[in-house]
Amino acid sequence: MHHHALYRSMLRIRRIEEALADRYAEQEMRCPMHLCIGQEAIAVGVCAALSASDVMFSNHRAHGHYLAKGGSLNAMVAELYGRSTGCCGGRGGSMHLIDLDVGFMGATPIVAGTVPLAVGAAWAASLKKEKRVSVIFLGDGCFEEGVVHESMNFAALHKLPIVFVCENNEFSVYTHLSERQAKRPIYRIAEAHGLMTQVGNGNDVDEVLTLAKTAVQNAKHGKGPQFMEFSTYRWREHCGPDFDDHLGYRTTQEIEIGLKDCPIAKYEQRLKQSNSLSQADIDKYEVEIREEVIKSFEFALSSPKPTAMDAMERVYA
Amino acid sequence: MHNAGSRDITFAEAVREGLDNAMERDSRVILIGEGVPDPKAIFNTTAGLRNKYGAQRVFDMPLAENGLTGVCIGAALSGMRPVMVHQRIDFALLAIDQLINNAAKWHYMFDGKASVPLVVRVIVGRGWGQGPQHSQSLQAMFSLVPGLKVVMPTTAYDAKGMLLSAIEDDNPVMFIEHRWLHQIKDNVPEESYRVPLDKAKILHEGNKVTVAAFSYMAVESLIAAKGLMAAMGIAVDVLDMRSVSQLDVASVIDSVRKTGRLIVADTAFRTGSIAGELIAKVVEQAMDLLTTKPVRVASPDHPTPTSHFMAEHYYPTPQTIADAVLDMLGADKNSDAYRKLCELLQRDGPHDTPNRSFKGPF
Repeated sequence: MHHHALYRSMLRIRRIEEALADRYAEQEMRCPMHLCIGQEAIAVGVCAALSASDVMFSNHRAHGHYLAKGGSLNAMVAELYGRSTGCCGGRGGSMHLIDLDVGFMGATPIVAGTVPLAVGAAWAASLKKEKRVSVIFLGDGCFEEGVVHESMNFAALHKLPIVFVCENNEFSVYTHLSERQAKRPIYRIAEAHGLMTQVGNGNDVDEVLTLAKTAVQNAKHGKGPQFMEFSTYRWREHCGPDFDDHLGYRTTQEIEIGLKDCPIAKYEQRLKQSNSLSQADIDKYEVEIREEVIKSFEFALSSPKPTAMDAMERVYA
Repeated sequence: MHNAGSRDITFAEAVREGLDNAMERDSRVILIGEGVPDPKAIFNTTAGLRNKYGAQRVFDMPLAENGLTGVCIGAALSGMRPVMVHQRIDFALLAIDQLINNAAKWHYMFDGKASVPLVVRVIVGRGWGQGPQHSQSLQAMFSLVPGLKVVMPTTAYDAKGMLLSAIEDDNPVMFIEHRWLHQIKDNVPEESYRVPLDKAKILHEGNKVTVAAFSYMAVESLIAAKGLMAAMGIAVDVLDMRSVSQLDVASVIDSVRKTGRLIVADTAFRTGSIAGELIAKVVEQAMDLLTTKPVRVASPDHPTPTSHFMAEHYYPTPQTIADAVLDMLGADKNSDAYRKLCELLQRDGPHDTPNRSFKGPF
């Protein structure tokens, strides 16, 4: 993918989430919201390595994955506002995103809950001899869940075309990795299950893309399940629109280092240094994105509201 | 339920035939479970299927109930129609997260954009010291979750027809088989046919009392009904409920309209049982039809003990059901007719096997 597209895609996710955060206090988006600000490079880099026919599952912090895969912005914003035009018709909210038109199969907030589903999608592709990969985004906390190990074992046993993407931001809500897991690299767990593994800087979109291309190619060419562990940093609170550094669960020094490692600012600097991105390009993207965001809010707020009667529908297929 | 006919096969053979028919008709149907292709073949319910359909459609399974349920859900969302098997319903408890949070919710929470056509066969154990963790009857627990369908076929005919309906259904279906039903024969057509997943069936007709029963309790209720008729001339309606999550309340009310009296016989613990739910629904909708208070016949509220000495009175029997009927009618138990009934209902063989010739496996 062109550098501009990578840059623009990251910038777009950042600006969309900032707009959501700005308007959250209006209390019209009445659902929990987990922002991925600071982690955009992983979603964008991985999705840039995929084809339209590849499928993806995600978790509670799914905005970036959904948008990078091409999920409809209007349907996402409308979903956050609980409108009928939302991607779940208002039944899901921020933690339940879906856009089957672009292979975004679903995101849910039970930690590791979608991991076996992504393996199942890869299994189906393999049984049907379809040349597609299935991608699952999972956080560091997932490795405390048994179902992840069960899923990896099955994926390796049947050599399934799946790519596990671990976004390691070191925190589960406010609890640091060191309080939850023994001191050993996460990727070694995947290695022990027989997966091919790679480790990279999740705040460097070029690096993410390079690793992801290798993983996707391997998976598509019968080399079995692939695992990538990316380090990254969650800027804002676990759940909600704000920064929560006053709580003191991470040090000021750590936060400063985290914010300095901004995937978008770093990429912008790199592209400018190589003269492949100008300020005029950036200004243009900012304007385009701002307009798109404004329109998505207008779409959501002018969309019909579902009723209590609608809530009774679609319990069974 | 044992019709004179051309071909009688067991419940287990009927399940196998249902799977065979489904796999033959639809290449999207795949079968997976711990022991599915092994020499015992899940009490012979999966025998020969790997040979016929190959290792690409018939799978053994890692001991990972939750993970593999999720894998099957993912496959179902991707166009397959998986059938999972657990040799005991107790093992499915390890898969509760995937069944309840994903399988049951997916269609609803994603606004009907996708559905999970998954069948989970689970077997309720009984006897020969199956004990606390191999003989639970947890149908009520699963049926309290909207989005899951829970069925308990009783006859071999229904086992095949309901399994075919379950596999063709676009929703997740818990297909609960009682182990003591597996060897009971019934007339079963060789061709494919469907039995609905939400309708009760009348097994015996009468006007004195309605006995609505689930799974193996329907077999016991029918024995009780035949005994009551033969020994005492008391005619009861016996309904095989067949569906747990979508209770056929209308059929029960139709019967109660005739009898005015209701007994519900369940294979589960009394408290929180689906028997209680069925009674609640009948009372809510048709209390004026009841001439006396309804009664639950179920197992006591403690785990199943293993020792056959302790388990002797754990399960309700045809005698328990017949006594419930007679108590409800205020019938005279100090009579020759009653003594004849007791003689008819006397169990032939030990209490912890389905019959004298059954040698396991349990």
